[in-house]
Amino acid sequence: MSVKLYSTPGCPYCIKTKDFLKQNNISFENFDVSADQDKAQEMINKSGQMGVPVIDINGEIVVGFDKEKIKKLLGLT
Amino acid sequence: MYDLIIVGAGPAGITASIYAARKKIDFLVISEDVGGQAALSWDVENYTGYQFITGPELADKFQEHLDHYKIALRESESVKELSPQNNIINIKTDKGTYQAKTCIIASGKRSRELNVPGEKEFKNKGLTYCATCDGPLFSGKDVVIIGGGNSALDAALGLLKIANKIFIVNDSLGLHGDQVLMDKVSSHEKVTVLNSSSILGISGDRFVSGIKIRRNDKEEEIKVQGVFVEIGLIPNSEFTRDIAKNEKNEIIVDCENKTNAEGVYAAGDVTNVVEKQIIIAAGEGSKAALSVFKYLSRIKE
Repeated sequence: MSVKLYSTPGCPYCIKTKDFLKQNNISFENFDVSADQDKAQEMINKSGQMGVPVIDINGEIVVGFDKEKIKKLLGLT
Repeated sequence: MYDLIIVGAGPAGITASIYAARKKIDFLVISEDVGGQAALSWDVENYTGYQFITGPELADKFQEHLDHYKIALRESESVKELSPQNNIINIKTDKGTYQAKTCIIASGKRSRELNVPGEKEFKNKGLTYCATCDGPLFSGKDVVIIGGGNSALDAALGLLKIANKIFIVNDSLGLHGDQVLMDKVSSHEKVTVLNSSSILGISGDRFVSGIKIRRNDKEEEIKVQGVFVEIGLIPNSEFTRDIAKNEKNEIIVDCENKTNAEGVYAAGDVTNVVEKQIIIAAGEGSKAALSVFKYLSRIKE
């Protein structure tokens, strides 16, 4: 399973997403798109929008901290 | 049936929950999120005990404090209808129905929208209502902040560290926030303030490329990649039935946080309390919980 998180440091929903993934013992790669312009562009290309967080779960894109959708894609339900 | 249901988990709802837990009231909290608008503020410099703390950090502190008590919290659940009937409060959400002897409505406020062409199409495609969240994506870009009050100034302060050029467009004769913030922002070389301007629309292709405004009876286009909407907030009070509100749709409460309906209390930004501040919302939440405690003791007798 590959989980990538595109986030910014000050965004409360990004912090919640990180906490949620950690609580469920999901290992993930975090990209700080405020510091990494290439990753910011990659996030925009993948999701077609500029809001954070964006979560890439095995190529499926979730925009925002949509707990139910994230659970489903991770097989946690 | 619960003794109390608290709707909302911002500063008012969380503080009410802490007080209710300490009074051992049998209660439930229903909220879409935890932290509310406070979690979306950038810098907080007027919450007693903290000379400086960011909104998300303060919201985390609130949640930590709340987690200390074992409370029933239904997160990501949205209240669709709240109606008092024969001294019982019926609550319908997107996930279920509940009943309680009392409730505290602490559902806060949300961002007001511009209602101009292009706003919906470009939401999250350059246009955002959360400067704290999305601001960092506009590193080195030109942006416009719409609004002239404290939330616009707060957004500007955050963006000063990130963006290239910042336009602040407002429909008043000048900025109208705390003097400290106005001084910091308007004197900065990156900032251009455009007063007495109305927004005509947002333009772009896949993403925002500019906004059209009318200033001094002339139409102008400002080329920007980012639009931050900070034109104030509206109360989340649409779901209440038979509860008195003022002309701003704020729930009317007395000094004990009582509404016109028996057993229905309200606290924080959703009410007609005179100022909307994190510390005031928190104080109102505690007051509402204590009023509920007194009311419950009285009806049990």
